[in-house]
Amino acid sequence: MLRLEPRQKASNMMLYFTPLIAVALTMVVGGALFAMLGINPFDAIWIIFFDPFLDSFNLSQLFIKAAPLILIAIGLSLGFRAGVWNIGAEGQFIMGALVGGATGLALWGMEGWWILPFMAIMGAVGGFAWAMIPAILKIRFNANEILVSLMLVYVAQNLLSAMVIGPLRDPDGFNFPESRSFSRNDATELPMIFEPLGLHVGGVVALIALAGAFILLQRHSLGFNIKLTGDSPRAARFAGVNPSIIIAVCLGISGALAGLAGLFELTGPAGKLTTNFPVGYGFTAIIVAFLGRLHPVGILLAGVVLAGTFIGGENAQFMLQLPSAAVRVFQGMLLFFLLAVEILISYRIRFSKGAS
Amino acid sequence: MKFTKTLATAAAMGLALSGAAFADEDPIKAGFIYVGPIGDLGWTWTHDQGRLALEAEYGDRVETSFVESVPEGADAERVMSQMARAGMDIIFTTSFGYMDPTINVAEDFPDVAFAHATGFKRADNVATYSARFYEGRYVIGEIAGAMTETNKIGYIASFPIPEVVRGINSAYLAAKSVNPDVEFKVVWVYTWFDPGKEADAANALIEQGVDVIMQHTDSPAAMTIAEEKGVYAFGQASDMSAFGPNAQLTAILDNWAPYYIDRVGAVLDGTWESTDVWDGIGAGMVGIAPFSDNIPADVQARATATIAAIASGEFQPFTGPINKQDGSVWLAAGETADDGSLAGLNFYVEGIDGELPQ
Repeated sequence: MLRLEPRQKASNMMLYFTPLIAVALTMVVGGALFAMLGINPFDAIWIIFFDPFLDSFNLSQLFIKAAPLILIAIGLSLGFRAGVWNIGAEGQFIMGALVGGATGLALWGMEGWWILPFMAIMGAVGGFAWAMIPAILKIRFNANEILVSLMLVYVAQNLLSAMVIGPLRDPDGFNFPESRSFSRNDATELPMIFEPLGLHVGGVVALIALAGAFILLQRHSLGFNIKLTGDSPRAARFAGVNPSIIIAVCLGISGALAGLAGLFELTGPAGKLTTNFPVGYGFTAIIVAFLGRLHPVGILLAGVVLAGTFIGGENAQFMLQLPSAAVRVFQGMLLFFLLAVEILISYRIRFSKGAS
Repeated sequence: MKFTKTLATAAAMGLALSGAAFADEDPIKAGFIYVGPIGDLGWTWTHDQGRLALEAEYGDRVETSFVESVPEGADAERVMSQMARAGMDIIFTTSFGYMDPTINVAEDFPDVAFAHATGFKRADNVATYSARFYEGRYVIGEIAGAMTETNKIGYIASFPIPEVVRGINSAYLAAKSVNPDVEFKVVWVYTWFDPGKEADAANALIEQGVDVIMQHTDSPAAMTIAEEKGVYAFGQASDMSAFGPNAQLTAILDNWAPYYIDRVGAVLDGTWESTDVWDGIGAGMVGIAPFSDNIPADVQARATATIAAIASGEFQPFTGPINKQDGSVWLAAGETADDGSLAGLNFYVEGIDGELPQ
C-alpha cells in the first residue's frame, strides 16, 4: 500500500523551485515522448521552449498570447488563495467580449476616443455579472461554485452562438455567423503599445492588474483577509471576516478581469465575434495561476512561459511535423508535474503492508 | 556532443527563419493550415489527402508541411506569418474563417502566394478556391427523390450561408424532378462538426417520418444513426460507408488534389497568379462515391447520366424555370443562374417548406 504522510516541515526553498523542477521534468518526459514519435527531442524542445524568446518575430507575438492569460490568471489567483474556485473564467471571458462587443456594435459608426474605454467597461461588467451568478448561488444556497461556474461556460458559448447567428451578425457578411470586424474600424481597434513584444493595451492593463494584485495582497487588509480565508476559514470567521464578501469579491474581480480580457481579445487579436471566438484562454489561465504559484510575479513568468510554448508548439508542428496532440500533451504535462512535485514536497510516500 | 548539435540546429533554424529563399535547386515549399485535426475523414482529412497527392505528384520538387487545429483569428495570422517566414512559397488556408487573417498576412508577404478556400476576398497574392458542391448535391438529390418511400427527405444543415442554401435548393430541385410529391425537412444545427447535435438531428428527422437523410455537416454521426434505424443517408466530404454499410447510398467526395497539383505546378514554372477557382464535377474537384447496391439499376443509370451531363457542362443544376419560395420568378425557362447570384444565394426555391433563418 502507498500512503501519503505530511512532512513535518515542507522546505520553503523547495516550494520556490517547484515550477522549475516541473518544467525540467516536462522537458525530460516530453523529450522522451517526442523521441518515441521519431522526432529529435532537442530540436523540439528548443523550438517549443527557447526559440519563442530568442526570435524577434516570435517575441512580437509573445504578449498577444500572454496578455489574456495573465489578466485572467491574476483574477483567478485571488479566488484560489481564498478557496473560491472559479473554473468558469472562459465563460466570463466570452460574456465580456459579448457585452462589450454588443456595446460597440450599438455605437457603430460613431467616432470618439471614449468608445473603446466604454466598451472595455461594459466588457468588465459583462464578465462581472456572469461571475456573480455562481457567487450569489454560493452565498445564498451554498451551491458549489466549481460546478456552477464551469457549467455557465457552456451557457455562454451557446449564447455567443445565438448572438452571432442572430442580432450581432454582420449585415454585410453573407449570413456567415460572424460580427463586424472591430479591429478594422478606427473607433473600436485596440491600440498596440509596444510592437516588438506584442504589448497591446490589454497587455498594459494586465501589467497594471499584476501590480494592483501585488499591492492588494501585501499591503491591504482585504488581501490579508483573502489569504486568511484560504489558509484557515475558521480563524478568518473568528477574526470577523465575512465569507460572503470574500466570495463576492473574489468571483467579482476574477469575472471582471476575465471579461476585460475577452473584450481586449475581441478588439485586438481576434477582431470579430464568431462561434470560434473562445479558444480556451479561460481554462489555460488556471494552469498559469498555479504554475505561477498564485503569486503576481510568478503569474507574469508563467503566462509568458506558457504563451511561449503555444507559439513554439505551432512552430514545432510545421517545422518538425510534430502532431498538435503531442504539443497539447506536452503542455498538459507541465501542470501534472507541477501538482505532483508540490504534493511530494509537502508529503512523503510511505510504503505500508496491508491495511493499517 | 548533443549540446553543440542543438546549437547548430538552432542556428540552422535561425537561418531558415530569416526567410532567405534560395534559387532553383531548392524544392518548392507548400504550407497548409487546417482548422481541425486531420483524423480519418471529413473536411480537413480531404485537404490533407490533397497535400499527400501533391507530394506523390512532384516528389523531391516539393516539400509540404502543415499545422492542424489552428483557431480562426489571431492564432491563424501568427501561424501563416511563421510559415511565410520559414520560406514557404505557397500557403493554402483551408477554412472560411481564415479569410481576413489570410488577407492581413498576405499584405506583409507580397512574394508568398496564398490560396484561401471558400472565401470571397482576393488580392494580388491571394487566390481563392472552392468547389461546386451543389453539383454533387443535385446528383444525390435525384437519388434521394427516387429512393424515399415516405416522400420525406431530411436535411441536416449547418449555417444559413449561401454555400449551404445552394446545396439545399439544388438537392430539392433534383428530388422534385424525379418525385413531385417529395418534401424536405431541414434542421439547422449551427455547427460544422458536433456528433451529438448531428445525431440528435438525425433522430428527430427519422421520428418525423424521414427515410433518407442528407447532411451538410462533417461527422459520421447521422450515418451511424441511419444504419441503426434502417434508413438511407449520404456521406459528406468522404466515403462514410464504414459507418453505414447498408445506409450509405453514395457520398459527395471533396477532391482537392487536382487543384493543389495544378497550383503548385504553376508556382514551379513561375506562372502562378491570383485566381478564383470554382470547380465542380467536371474538373474532378467534386466526386461521387460508388453507388450502393441498394440503389436500383435504373436510378443508378439516371444518376450516372446526370453526372456526365453536369461534367460536360451540358446541364446546370440551376436551370429555369425556377421560382423563389415566395412564388416570384428567379430564373425564366432555360435561363441558368450566374456565379454572382449563386455566390450570394439567400433564399429557398419554391416548394421548400419552412423559413430560411436570416
